[in-house]
Amino acid sequence: MNHSNLNLLIGLAMGLNLLALGTSRLPALIRAMSVQGVILGVMPILMERPDWRVLLVAVATIGGKGLLIPGLLRRAMRTVQIDRELEPLIGFVPSLLLGAGGTIAALALTHLLPLLPEHAGSLLVPGALATVLTGFILLIGRTKAISQVCGYLILENGIYLFGLLLIKAMPLLVEAGVLLDLTVGVFILGIIVDRIQRAFDSLDTRKLTALHE
Amino acid sequence: MNSILDLILRLDCWLLLAPLLPGIINKVKAWVAGRRGPPVLQLYYDLARLWQKRVVLSTLASPAFVVLPAVTWVAVLGAAMLMPLGPLGAGLTFRGDALLLLYLLALARFGTAWAAMETGSAFEGMGTVREVSYAVLAEAAMIAAVLSLSVQSGSISLAVMLGPALGASAVLLAAGLFIVLLAENCRVPFDDPNTHLELTMIHEAMILDHSGPPLAAILHGAAMKLLLFTVLLVQAVLPMGQLKPWAAAVVLAGGVLGVTVAVGLVESLLARFAFRRVPLLLTTAFLLCLFALLVAWKGGLS
Repeated sequence: MNHSNLNLLIGLAMGLNLLALGTSRLPALIRAMSVQGVILGVMPILMERPDWRVLLVAVATIGGKGLLIPGLLRRAMRTVQIDRELEPLIGFVPSLLLGAGGTIAALALTHLLPLLPEHAGSLLVPGALATVLTGFILLIGRTKAISQVCGYLILENGIYLFGLLLIKAMPLLVEAGVLLDLTVGVFILGIIVDRIQRAFDSLDTRKLTALHE
Repeated sequence: MNSILDLILRLDCWLLLAPLLPGIINKVKAWVAGRRGPPVLQLYYDLARLWQKRVVLSTLASPAFVVLPAVTWVAVLGAAMLMPLGPLGAGLTFRGDALLLLYLLALARFGTAWAAMETGSAFEGMGTVREVSYAVLAEAAMIAAVLSLSVQSGSISLAVMLGPALGASAVLLAAGLFIVLLAENCRVPFDDPNTHLELTMIHEAMILDHSGPPLAAILHGAAMKLLLFTVLLVQAVLPMGQLKPWAAAVVLAGGVLGVTVAVGLVESLLARFAFRRVPLLLTTAFLLCLFALLVAWKGGLS
């Protein structure tokens, strides 16, 4: 049901992964992440017959990932007045190529996994794998705390995509709990980012590894 | 007899229409900036003027300095003959002509690059290095695009490859090929055709020492290359096989005009990128074409 629409949305989300890997501007990174969140939020409505439970998950996801969390991140970005990732550990072209390679590998290797027949033609699993990989690359390869938070959120988007496979079995409470945790996590990270900025005059997380007297 | 007439008409079409495109681009740029701008036919006047001038030759330059612009021009014209024109089909067509197209374009680049280095000028060497190093990435994207078209249609003949309508990969391919078009023809995010600062030029820096008819050949060849890429982009993306011949011709002409205006708009709205950001954009183009290939391949499997 609606297989091609769903695949189109997942394809868009995979494109946003590459956008997030290729951009050096933090606002663009945050926007890619939030648009991806909105796309992910729309998916349950397409997959299931929309009853109140599915609609609630969708609205909560769109509101949380599309509006609330990006808003918090933008506020953190404004307070520390940083809008660019200047010296990533993995450069933009290599991380883009890594992400693309990972996406292609995910697409090519998914049919080796023992999936249910109803999920065989869908892009859900490769999309989830590629998104998780993108999150890891951002987490490993970037030095600014805000980009790492975005990497973490994209990683979570990938896990959410996996979760959509189980949408029938997953209780609403679990979904809501994950979303709440995430929002609180980003809220706290916003404060931490501010503290790092005050203590070190930069958001470079590499400075956190050096010991001081 | 008929085929010879057809070939001559086709040659005339490419030769006479090509210098129109830079004129249209300049007109669009002038219109966006609120100026009157040069006339649309400016390049024709320039070519006529250059043709009447004599050649200034450096004592260092070998005969290749004059010969290679001609080689380049012929190579581009040969590539243009291979390109099918919507309902008319191609002037020459055989199995594998897509590969010949790629190699003729590479030969054309080789010709300009060699001719640029003939005088031993440092600026021209610099322009050549830039042109060739961008070309490495642009060619990868171009090859991926041709591969995706070929996988889609199961053929390596341009006339068949550009025929069928593409599905979701059309959007990816359009974006990728448009970036390749801008890079290959040295348009704005990669190179500013209006700049006359040697340190930032690419194509213009390569032709600094040329004059007279060879310069006219180079300029005309560049205009034909632009038309070639525009036609390729339009035919790769728009499904014209199903249309009636006259409708297809109108769609092709409209598409070429649309792409040209889009190039002009890009040129007015964007600034030239810093050199270190160019590889990122070209890699993006390569990935777009690669994913178009992937979609074509996956679509073929299921």
